[in-house]
Amino acid sequence: MGVIEIKGLTKYYGKVKALDDVNLTIEPNKIYGLLGRNGAGKTTLLNLLTNKIFPTKGDITIDGHTVFENDELLGRMFYMTEKNLYPEGLRVKEIFKWTQEFYPSFDMDHANTLCEKFGLNANKRIKNLSTGYKSILKIITALASNADIMLFDEPVLGLDANSRDMFYRELLASYNRHLKTIIISTHLIEEVDEILEEVIIIKKGRVILTRSLERLLSSAYMVYGQCHKVDQYISNRKYTGEQTMGGFKSAIVMEDTRDEALAQKLGLEFGMVELQKLFIALTNS
Amino acid sequence: MLLDFNSPKPIYLQLAEAIEDNILKGVFEENTQIPSTTEISVKFKINPATAGKGVNLLVDEGIIYKKRGMGMFVCMGARDRILEKRRQNFYKDFIGPLLEEASKLGISREKIVEMIERGNG
Repeated sequence: MGVIEIKGLTKYYGKVKALDDVNLTIEPNKIYGLLGRNGAGKTTLLNLLTNKIFPTKGDITIDGHTVFENDELLGRMFYMTEKNLYPEGLRVKEIFKWTQEFYPSFDMDHANTLCEKFGLNANKRIKNLSTGYKSILKIITALASNADIMLFDEPVLGLDANSRDMFYRELLASYNRHLKTIIISTHLIEEVDEILEEVIIIKKGRVILTRSLERLLSSAYMVYGQCHKVDQYISNRKYTGEQTMGGFKSAIVMEDTRDEALAQKLGLEFGMVELQKLFIALTNS
Repeated sequence: MLLDFNSPKPIYLQLAEAIEDNILKGVFEENTQIPSTTEISVKFKINPATAGKGVNLLVDEGIIYKKRGMGMFVCMGARDRILEKRRQNFYKDFIGPLLEEASKLGISREKIVEMIERGNG
Protein backbone atom coordinates (compact mmCIF):
# COMPACT_ATOMS: atom_id res chain seq x y z
CA MET A 1 0.00 0.00 0.00
CA GLY A 2 1.22 3.46 -0.85
CA VAL A 3 3.46 3.16 -3.91
CA ILE A 4 4.23 6.66 -5.14
CA GLU A 5 4.76 6.89 -8.92
CA ILE A 6 6.16 10.05 -10.43
CA LYS A 7 5.99 10.17 -14.21
CA GLY A 8 7.46 12.77 -16.55
CA LEU A 9 7.27 15.46 -13.88
CA THR A 10 8.37 18.86 -15.14
CA LYS A 11 8.02 22.22 -13.44
CA TYR A 12 8.77 25.66 -14.82
CA TYR A 13 8.77 28.85 -12.76
CA GLY A 14 8.25 31.31 -15.59
CA LYS A 15 11.07 30.46 -17.94
CA VAL A 16 13.18 28.75 -15.31
CA LYS A 17 13.07 24.96 -15.42
CA ALA A 18 13.09 23.71 -11.81
CA LEU A 19 12.34 20.05 -12.52
CA ASP A 20 13.01 18.28 -15.77
CA ASP A 21 11.18 15.07 -16.67
CA VAL A 22 11.49 13.36 -13.29
CA ASN A 23 10.52 9.69 -13.16
CA LEU A 24 10.59 7.95 -9.80
CA THR A 25 9.00 5.08 -7.95
CA ILE A 26 8.92 5.47 -4.20
CA GLU A 27 8.21 2.20 -2.46
CA PRO A 28 6.14 2.15 0.70
CA ASN A 29 7.58 1.82 4.21
CA LYS A 30 11.14 2.78 3.43
CA ILE A 31 13.25 5.72 4.53
CA TYR A 32 14.45 7.78 1.57
CA GLY A 33 17.08 10.46 1.48
CA LEU A 34 16.40 13.17 -1.10
CA LEU A 35 19.79 14.71 -1.75
CA GLY A 36 20.84 17.53 -4.00
CA ARG A 37 22.80 20.75 -3.95
CA ASN A 38 21.19 24.12 -3.28
CA GLY A 39 18.65 24.89 -5.98
CA ALA A 40 18.64 21.34 -7.37
CA GLY A 41 14.85 21.09 -7.11
CA LYS A 42 14.34 19.15 -3.86
CA THR A 43 11.76 21.50 -2.36
CA THR A 44 9.97 21.82 -5.70
CA LEU A 45 9.64 18.04 -5.83
CA LEU A 46 8.26 17.88 -2.28
CA ASN A 47 5.87 20.75 -2.99
CA LEU A 48 4.60 18.91 -6.06
CA LEU A 49 4.25 15.62 -4.18
CA THR A 50 1.98 17.27 -1.67
CA ASN A 51 0.09 19.27 -4.26
CA LYS A 52 1.21 22.63 -2.83
CA ILE A 53 2.02 23.65 -6.40
CA PHE A 54 0.98 22.26 -9.78
CA PRO A 55 3.33 20.66 -12.28
CA THR A 56 3.84 22.07 -15.75
CA LYS A 57 3.74 18.50 -17.06
CA GLY A 58 3.61 15.01 -15.66
CA ASP A 59 1.73 13.07 -13.04
CA ILE A 60 2.07 11.82 -9.47
CA THR A 61 0.00 8.90 -8.27
CA ILE A 62 -0.23 6.88 -5.09
CA ASP A 63 -1.42 3.31 -5.71
CA GLY A 64 -2.65 4.51 -9.08
CA HIS A 65 -4.66 7.50 -7.81
CA THR A 66 -3.54 10.99 -8.71
CA VAL A 67 -2.55 13.26 -5.82
CA PHE A 68 -3.78 16.41 -7.55
CA GLU A 69 -6.63 17.86 -5.49
CA ASN A 70 -7.09 14.47 -3.85
CA ASP A 71 -7.88 15.37 -0.24
CA GLU A 72 -8.10 11.78 0.89
CA LEU A 73 -4.56 11.01 -0.27
CA LEU A 74 -3.16 14.34 0.88
CA GLY A 75 -4.58 13.60 4.35
CA ARG A 76 -2.33 10.55 4.50
CA MET A 77 0.79 12.64 3.87
CA PHE A 78 2.44 15.04 6.28
CA TYR A 79 4.88 17.56 4.89
CA MET A 80 7.25 19.38 7.20
CA THR A 81 8.17 22.45 5.18
CA GLU A 82 11.41 24.34 5.55
CA LYS A 83 9.51 27.62 5.78
CA ASN A 84 7.35 28.39 8.78
CA LEU A 85 3.78 28.51 7.51
CA TYR A 86 2.05 28.74 10.90
CA PRO A 87 0.38 32.00 11.93
CA GLU A 88 2.78 33.87 14.23
CA GLY A 89 0.10 34.74 16.77
CA LEU A 90 -1.00 31.16 17.51
CA ARG A 91 0.20 29.16 20.49
CA VAL A 92 1.95 25.80 20.11
CA LYS A 93 -0.99 23.88 21.62
CA GLU A 94 -3.38 25.63 19.24
CA ILE A 95 -1.26 24.44 16.30
CA PHE A 96 -1.64 20.89 17.60
CA LYS A 97 -5.42 21.30 17.84
CA TRP A 98 -5.64 22.61 14.29
CA THR A 99 -3.41 19.82 12.99
CA GLN A 100 -5.75 17.30 14.59
CA GLU A 101 -8.62 18.79 12.55
CA PHE A 102 -6.82 17.83 9.33
CA TYR A 103 -5.08 14.68 10.57
CA PRO A 104 -7.64 12.74 12.63
CA SER A 105 -5.02 10.20 13.72
CA PHE A 106 -2.86 12.98 15.22
CA ASP A 107 -1.64 11.74 18.59
CA MET A 108 -2.00 14.57 21.12
CA ASP A 109 -0.41 12.58 23.96
CA HIS A 110 2.62 11.83 21.82
CA ALA A 111 2.88 15.51 20.84
CA ASN A 112 2.87 16.52 24.52
CA THR A 113 5.46 13.88 25.40
CA LEU A 114 7.70 15.14 22.60
CA CYS A 115 7.26 18.74 23.82
CA GLU A 116 8.59 17.66 27.20
CA LYS A 117 11.48 15.75 25.65
CA PHE A 118 12.54 18.64 23.40
CA GLY A 119 11.77 21.26 26.05
CA LEU A 120 9.13 23.09 24.02
CA ASN A 121 6.63 25.10 26.05
CA ALA A 122 3.21 24.42 24.47
CA ASN A 123 1.80 27.71 25.78
CA LYS A 124 4.26 29.84 23.83
CA ARG A 125 3.21 31.79 20.77
CA ILE A 126 4.95 31.01 17.46
CA LYS A 127 6.39 34.53 17.21
CA ASN A 128 8.22 34.04 20.52
CA LEU A 129 9.95 30.82 19.43
CA SER A 130 13.60 30.81 18.35
CA THR A 131 14.57 29.43 14.91
CA GLY A 132 15.50 26.11 16.49
CA TYR A 133 12.23 25.82 18.40
CA LYS A 134 10.21 26.67 15.29
CA SER A 135 11.89 23.66 13.66
CA ILE A 136 11.18 21.57 16.77
CA LEU A 137 7.50 22.53 16.67
CA LYS A 138 7.29 21.42 13.03
CA ILE A 139 9.14 18.19 13.83
CA ILE A 140 6.80 17.36 16.71
CA THR A 141 3.72 18.10 14.63
CA ALA A 142 5.02 15.81 11.87
CA LEU A 143 5.97 12.97 14.20
CA ALA A 144 2.64 13.10 16.05
CA SER A 145 0.63 13.28 12.80
CA ASN A 146 0.79 9.49 12.38
CA ALA A 147 0.66 10.00 8.62
CA ASP A 148 1.55 7.05 6.34
CA ILE A 149 3.89 9.23 4.34
CA MET A 150 6.10 11.80 6.06
CA LEU A 151 8.12 14.33 4.11
CA PHE A 152 10.79 16.43 5.79
CA ASP A 153 12.43 19.41 4.12
CA GLU A 154 15.62 20.33 5.98
CA PRO A 155 14.15 19.15 9.30
CA VAL A 156 17.11 19.99 11.52
CA LEU A 157 17.63 23.57 10.40
CA GLY A 158 18.84 25.64 13.36
CA LEU A 159 18.76 22.70 15.78
CA ASP A 160 21.61 22.13 18.24
CA ALA A 161 23.45 18.79 18.21
CA ASN A 162 21.36 17.42 21.11
CA SER A 163 18.05 18.14 19.42
CA ARG A 164 19.25 16.79 16.09
CA ASP A 165 20.27 13.58 17.81
CA MET A 166 16.90 13.36 19.51
CA PHE A 167 15.07 14.00 16.22
CA TYR A 168 16.82 11.10 14.45
CA ARG A 169 16.04 8.77 17.36
CA GLU A 170 12.39 9.84 17.59
CA LEU A 171 12.04 9.48 13.83
CA LEU A 172 13.35 5.91 13.97
CA ALA A 173 11.19 5.13 17.00
CA SER A 174 8.14 6.38 15.13
CA TYR A 175 9.13 4.39 12.03
CA ASN A 176 9.64 1.24 14.10
CA ARG A 177 6.31 1.67 15.89
CA HIS A 178 4.38 1.93 12.67
CA LEU A 179 6.14 1.46 9.32
CA LYS A 180 5.70 4.41 7.01
CA THR A 181 7.28 6.05 4.01
CA ILE A 182 9.70 8.76 5.05
CA ILE A 183 11.45 11.15 2.69
CA ILE A 184 14.10 13.41 4.19
CA SER A 185 15.64 16.21 2.20
CA THR A 186 18.81 17.38 3.88
CA HIS A 187 22.29 18.75 3.36
CA LEU A 188 23.63 17.03 6.48
CA ILE A 189 24.39 13.78 4.69
CA GLU A 190 26.83 12.41 7.26
CA GLU A 191 24.18 12.69 9.95
CA VAL A 192 21.49 10.74 8.12
CA ASP A 193 23.34 8.21 6.01
CA GLU A 194 22.96 5.31 8.46
CA ILE A 195 19.25 6.01 8.81
CA LEU A 196 18.49 5.85 5.11
CA GLU A 197 17.53 2.77 3.17
CA GLU A 198 17.17 4.42 -0.24
CA VAL A 199 18.85 7.41 -1.84
CA ILE A 200 17.61 9.79 -4.52
CA ILE A 201 20.10 12.31 -5.88
CA ILE A 202 18.91 15.20 -7.98
CA LYS A 203 21.07 17.62 -9.90
CA LYS A 204 19.82 20.68 -11.76
CA GLY A 205 16.23 19.44 -11.79
CA ARG A 206 16.99 15.91 -12.96
CA VAL A 207 17.17 12.69 -10.98
CA ILE A 208 20.69 11.43 -11.61
CA LEU A 209 20.55 8.44 -9.30
CA THR A 210 18.08 6.41 -7.29
CA ARG A 211 19.27 3.27 -5.55
CA SER A 212 19.35 1.53 -2.19
CA LEU A 213 22.14 2.91 -0.04
CA GLU A 214 23.69 -0.52 0.25
CA ARG A 215 23.75 -1.03 -3.52
CA LEU A 216 25.03 2.48 -4.05
CA LEU A 217 27.93 2.12 -1.65
CA SER A 218 28.87 -1.28 -3.02
CA SER A 219 28.93 0.05 -6.58
CA ALA A 220 31.83 2.41 -5.90
CA TYR A 221 35.11 2.30 -4.02
CA MET A 222 38.18 4.42 -3.39
CA VAL A 223 41.58 3.61 -4.75
CA TYR A 224 44.67 5.44 -3.54
CA GLY A 225 48.42 5.46 -3.68
CA GLN A 226 51.14 6.89 -5.89
CA CYS A 227 49.82 9.36 -8.43
CA HIS A 228 50.91 7.78 -11.71
CA LYS A 229 50.01 4.32 -10.46
CA VAL A 230 46.49 5.44 -9.62
CA ASP A 231 46.28 7.02 -13.08
CA GLN A 232 47.29 3.70 -14.54
CA TYR A 233 44.62 1.89 -12.52
CA ILE A 234 41.78 4.23 -13.47
CA SER A 235 42.83 4.79 -17.09
CA ASN A 236 40.14 2.58 -18.63
CA ARG A 237 37.67 2.65 -15.76
CA LYS A 238 34.76 4.90 -14.88
CA TYR A 239 35.91 7.17 -12.08
CA THR A 240 35.19 10.48 -10.40
CA GLY A 241 36.29 12.71 -7.51
CA GLU A 242 40.04 12.64 -8.10
CA GLN A 243 42.16 14.25 -5.41
CA THR A 244 45.89 14.73 -5.43
CA MET A 245 48.30 15.82 -2.73
CA GLY A 246 51.93 15.86 -3.76
CA GLY A 247 52.67 12.49 -5.28
CA PHE A 248 49.63 10.94 -3.64
CA LYS A 249 46.31 10.51 -5.38
CA SER A 250 42.89 9.08 -4.60
CA ALA A 251 39.92 8.51 -6.87
CA ILE A 252 36.44 7.04 -6.62
CA VAL A 253 35.98 4.17 -9.08
CA MET A 254 32.40 3.49 -10.15
CA GLU A 255 32.30 -0.27 -10.40
CA ASP A 256 31.22 -3.22 -8.22
CA THR A 257 34.34 -5.33 -8.13
CA ARG A 258 37.87 -4.31 -7.29
CA ASP A 259 40.81 -5.47 -9.39
CA GLU A 260 42.82 -6.85 -6.46
CA ALA A 261 45.54 -8.30 -8.67
CA LEU A 262 46.24 -5.05 -10.49
CA ALA A 263 46.15 -3.04 -7.26
CA GLN A 264 48.67 -5.38 -5.69
CA LYS A 265 50.94 -5.12 -8.72
CA LEU A 266 50.77 -1.32 -8.58
CA GLY A 267 51.00 -1.13 -4.79
CA LEU A 268 47.63 0.59 -4.42
CA GLU A 269 45.13 0.37 -1.60
CA PHE A 270 41.34 0.29 -1.56
CA GLY A 271 38.89 2.00 0.74
CA MET A 272 35.15 2.27 1.18
CA VAL A 273 33.51 5.39 -0.08
CA GLU A 274 31.09 7.30 2.14
CA LEU A 275 27.80 8.63 0.88
CA GLN A 276 28.85 12.25 1.38
CA LYS A 277 32.06 11.84 -0.67
CA LEU A 278 30.16 10.06 -3.40
CA PHE A 279 27.51 12.75 -3.36
CA ILE A 280 30.08 15.54 -3.72
CA ALA A 281 31.80 13.73 -6.58
CA LEU A 282 28.53 13.05 -8.40
CA THR A 283 27.06 16.52 -8.02
CA ASN A 284 30.13 18.69 -8.65
CA SER A 285 29.55 20.44 -11.92
CA MET B 1 28.42 -2.12 22.63
CA LEU B 2 29.92 0.40 20.23
CA LEU B 3 29.71 0.84 16.48
CA ASP B 4 32.34 2.73 14.50
CA PHE B 5 30.72 4.59 11.64
CA ASN B 6 34.11 5.48 10.16
CA SER B 7 35.29 1.89 9.95
CA PRO B 8 35.42 0.31 6.50
CA LYS B 9 33.55 -2.67 7.93
CA PRO B 10 29.81 -2.58 7.15
CA ILE B 11 27.61 -1.60 10.08
CA TYR B 12 25.57 -4.82 10.04
CA LEU B 13 28.74 -6.90 10.40
CA GLN B 14 29.99 -4.67 13.21
CA LEU B 15 26.64 -5.08 14.93
CA ALA B 16 26.75 -8.89 14.62
CA GLU B 17 30.28 -8.92 16.05
CA ALA B 18 29.33 -6.58 18.87
CA ILE B 19 26.48 -8.89 19.88
CA GLU B 20 28.86 -11.86 19.71
CA ASP B 21 31.40 -10.00 21.86
CA ASN B 22 28.71 -9.42 24.45
CA ILE B 23 27.80 -13.11 24.44
CA LEU B 24 31.48 -14.03 24.89
CA LYS B 25 31.84 -11.57 27.75
CA GLY B 26 28.70 -12.91 29.38
CA VAL B 27 26.78 -9.63 29.07
CA PHE B 28 24.14 -11.56 27.10
CA GLU B 29 23.79 -15.00 28.66
CA GLU B 30 22.52 -18.09 26.91
CA ASN B 31 18.74 -18.41 26.81
CA THR B 32 18.28 -14.78 27.85
CA GLN B 33 16.77 -12.00 25.81
CA ILE B 34 18.86 -9.50 23.87
CA PRO B 35 17.78 -6.00 22.70
CA SER B 36 15.27 -5.94 19.83
CA THR B 37 16.11 -4.59 16.36
CA THR B 38 13.91 -1.62 17.24
CA GLU B 39 15.96 -0.82 20.33
CA ILE B 40 19.19 -1.32 18.41
CA SER B 41 17.97 0.89 15.57
CA VAL B 42 17.04 3.76 17.88
CA LYS B 43 20.08 3.42 20.14
CA PHE B 44 22.61 3.48 17.32
CA LYS B 45 20.56 5.64 14.94
CA ILE B 46 20.67 3.06 12.17
CA ASN B 47 18.01 1.94 9.73
CA PRO B 48 16.08 -1.03 11.19
CA ALA B 49 16.77 -2.96 7.97
CA THR B 50 20.51 -2.70 8.73
CA ALA B 51 19.92 -3.84 12.31
CA GLY B 52 17.79 -6.71 11.01
CA LYS B 53 20.50 -7.77 8.59
CA GLY B 54 23.08 -8.02 11.37
CA VAL B 55 20.73 -9.92 13.63
CA ASN B 56 19.63 -12.34 10.89
CA LEU B 57 23.25 -13.22 10.26
CA LEU B 58 23.43 -14.50 13.84
CA VAL B 59 20.09 -16.28 13.51
CA ASP B 60 21.42 -18.13 10.44
CA GLU B 61 24.53 -19.16 12.34
CA GLY B 62 22.48 -20.55 15.22
CA ILE B 63 23.76 -17.97 17.70
CA ILE B 64 20.46 -16.26 18.46
CA TYR B 65 16.85 -17.25 17.85
CA LYS B 66 13.61 -15.35 17.51
CA LYS B 67 10.52 -16.15 19.51
CA ARG B 68 7.44 -14.91 17.76
CA GLY B 69 6.03 -11.89 19.54
CA MET B 70 8.58 -12.22 22.32
CA GLY B 71 11.87 -11.01 20.90
CA MET B 72 15.33 -12.44 20.40
CA PHE B 73 17.24 -14.81 22.64
CA VAL B 74 20.74 -16.26 22.84
CA CYS B 75 20.86 -19.93 21.76
CA MET B 76 22.15 -22.64 24.07
CA GLY B 77 25.71 -23.37 23.03
CA ALA B 78 26.09 -19.99 21.31
CA ARG B 79 29.22 -19.15 23.25
CA ASP B 80 31.00 -22.34 22.12
CA ARG B 81 29.90 -21.78 18.54
CA ILE B 82 31.32 -18.26 18.52
CA LEU B 83 34.58 -19.43 20.10
CA GLU B 84 34.92 -22.18 17.52
CA LYS B 85 34.25 -19.80 14.63
CA ARG B 86 36.66 -17.17 15.91
CA ARG B 87 39.40 -19.72 16.53
CA GLN B 88 38.99 -20.91 12.96
CA ASN B 89 39.27 -17.36 11.67
CA PHE B 90 42.10 -16.36 13.99
CA TYR B 91 44.85 -16.92 11.44
CA LYS B 92 43.02 -15.07 8.65
CA ASP B 93 41.87 -12.18 10.85
CA PHE B 94 44.95 -11.61 12.99
CA ILE B 95 48.04 -13.57 11.93
CA GLY B 96 47.60 -12.78 8.24
CA PRO B 97 47.54 -8.97 8.66
CA LEU B 98 50.37 -9.24 11.22
CA LEU B 99 52.62 -11.06 8.74
CA GLU B 100 51.70 -8.60 5.99
CA GLU B 101 52.70 -5.60 8.12
CA ALA B 102 55.85 -7.37 9.28
CA SER B 103 56.90 -8.08 5.70
CA LYS B 104 56.36 -4.40 4.82
CA LEU B 105 58.68 -3.45 7.69
CA GLY B 106 61.22 -6.18 6.94
CA ILE B 107 60.64 -8.00 10.23
CA SER B 108 61.43 -11.70 9.91
CA ARG B 109 59.21 -14.52 11.18
CA GLU B 110 61.91 -15.52 13.64
CA LYS B 111 61.94 -11.99 15.00
CA ILE B 112 58.12 -12.09 15.42
CA VAL B 113 58.28 -15.39 17.30
CA GLU B 114 61.01 -13.90 19.47
CA MET B 115 58.86 -10.83 20.21
CA ILE B 116 55.87 -12.99 21.18
CA GLU B 117 57.99 -15.13 23.51
CA ARG B 118 59.67 -12.14 25.09
CA GLY B 119 56.41 -10.24 25.48
CA ASN B 120 57.68 -6.96 24.01
CA GLY B 121 59.51 -5.44 21.00
